[in-house]
Amino acid sequence: MAKHRGRGIASINYPIGMNLGGDPSQALVHSNPSGKFTVSLSSIDLGQGMKSVTRQICAETLGVPVEDVYVDTADSDTGPHCMGSFASRGTHRVGNAVMAAAKEARGVMMEAAAEELEVNAADLDTDGRGNIHVKGAPHRSISTKDVAIAAQFKQGKTISGRGIFLVPLSEVNPETGEMSPATCYAHACLVAEVEVDDETGEVAMVRMDSAYELGRALNPRLVEQQLVGGAWMGISHALFETPEPYYPDPAHGPRDFVEYLMPGPGDICPHDIAVLERPAADGPFGAKGPGEMCANPVLPAVANAIFNAVGVRMDELPITPEKVLRAIKAQGGARPQARR
Amino acid sequence: MTKTALQFRHNGRDVALFVDGGVNLLVALRESIGDMTPKFGCGQGGCGACSVLIDGELHLSCLTLAETVNGRSVETLDGLKDGPNLHPLQRAFMEQFAAQCGYCTPGMLMAAKALLDRNPSPTRAEVIEAISGNICRCTGYEPIVNAVLAAASSGRARA
Ligand code: FES
Ligand code: FES
Repeated sequence: MAKHRGRGIASINYPIGMNLGGDPSQALVHSNPSGKFTVSLSSIDLGQGMKSVTRQICAETLGVPVEDVYVDTADSDTGPHCMGSFASRGTHRVGNAVMAAAKEARGVMMEAAAEELEVNAADLDTDGRGNIHVKGAPHRSISTKDVAIAAQFKQGKTISGRGIFLVPLSEVNPETGEMSPATCYAHACLVAEVEVDDETGEVAMVRMDSAYELGRALNPRLVEQQLVGGAWMGISHALFETPEPYYPDPAHGPRDFVEYLMPGPGDICPHDIAVLERPAADGPFGAKGPGEMCANPVLPAVANAIFNAVGVRMDELPITPEKVLRAIKAQGGARPQARR
Repeated sequence: MTKTALQFRHNGRDVALFVDGGVNLLVALRESIGDMTPKFGCGQGGCGACSVLIDGELHLSCLTLAETVNGRSVETLDGLKDGPNLHPLQRAFMEQFAAQCGYCTPGMLMAAKALLDRNPSPTRAEVIEAISGNICRCTGYEPIVNAVLAAASSGRARA
């Protein structure tokens, strides 16, 4: 009876968003007379950072400070339509819609500023700090706040913009079955090292090393946060979680929250992550999206690591101690493979 | 049902209320006092989202009868910051990106405070042990452990 170490690798290509009937999201941007901007979305932020990243995208496109942008995701009944926050689509789909809306709003803002400064809108630029000035003559300037006030009370203009980003439905070629379900792919590779106890069937995570290619990381700290948390969820799916009973009789399965297993802080392992940035041609500022895909490579890598450790091929999730033990027994004992 | 008169200190302030027999502390805090910082996760002692300190010790408020805190002192996340200033643990959680949806955060902070109050220089293993009754669905725990360790070392730097 012994503990065996094993190492497994997995690579994935992850299509950003989905395309089973077209994949659209909308955004609206408008300014208040205070010179602050509101982005209206129906896309929900569950903590992944949707609000932060769309705020950044809007501010950057408008050319105003990020503090001057507020993102409102209050109500999907009244907000512009969104397919939802899933399939790693938030940054890419919603971000593109926000960018389009902010571009349109910027056009109106520059027109309104041009009217106040009595110049041509094409000669104006933003300084990113809340001012609009004549190119090459920074002293001839007006604040975005004053532009917003003038547009609202003097010019009778709404500084606003509409945006939608749609990945249209891809037809399937009836002869070849070919289609292009996605416009943009993220990639990842993960190496997992595990320790398998051939007496108890328990699998302990030893360490993970990964590389993720997900376009430009618009907010690197949030990307890292997603990758760390997502990998934990991958461990959870690989080794712990299931709504299905894993014993012969459903009555012996998990019945409530307390019996629904998830890894605790003691079950995690060191995880070294490299983020590779290859800007996506159709992403907002080159971004793809680090959502769901951060959990995916962990599962096959762990299964491969278990094979490497004790020679059993686990093809059913989650890989519980009982399943490992039965498989080891069926092959007549642990058979550690060549260390890789 | 008979009501019981109850008095205790809530984040340093005396409170007096009537509770129904059998009501747990989590419900009393949220519904009678209006302190929404302890969260309801499972109501079964399995997630730690409802963690509070009673006389400085970590307890699950969903499993504590409200009547048992009569005359005692209850601390919740609501009392952690000092006026407008965040507690070092809160600052560290922010800096280490230790919250995503934030639902576990109040419980995590109280579990971490209980640890640092009795052990200002914990090891990584001690931090893991201290938060092992708290479930987080988002962060993967690593950033939370790092935040607690960072708060501990910033505390040592000030002391
Ligand atoms: S709500 Fe008290 S432990 Fe989950
Ligand atoms: S941050 Fe979401 S549960 Fe911990």
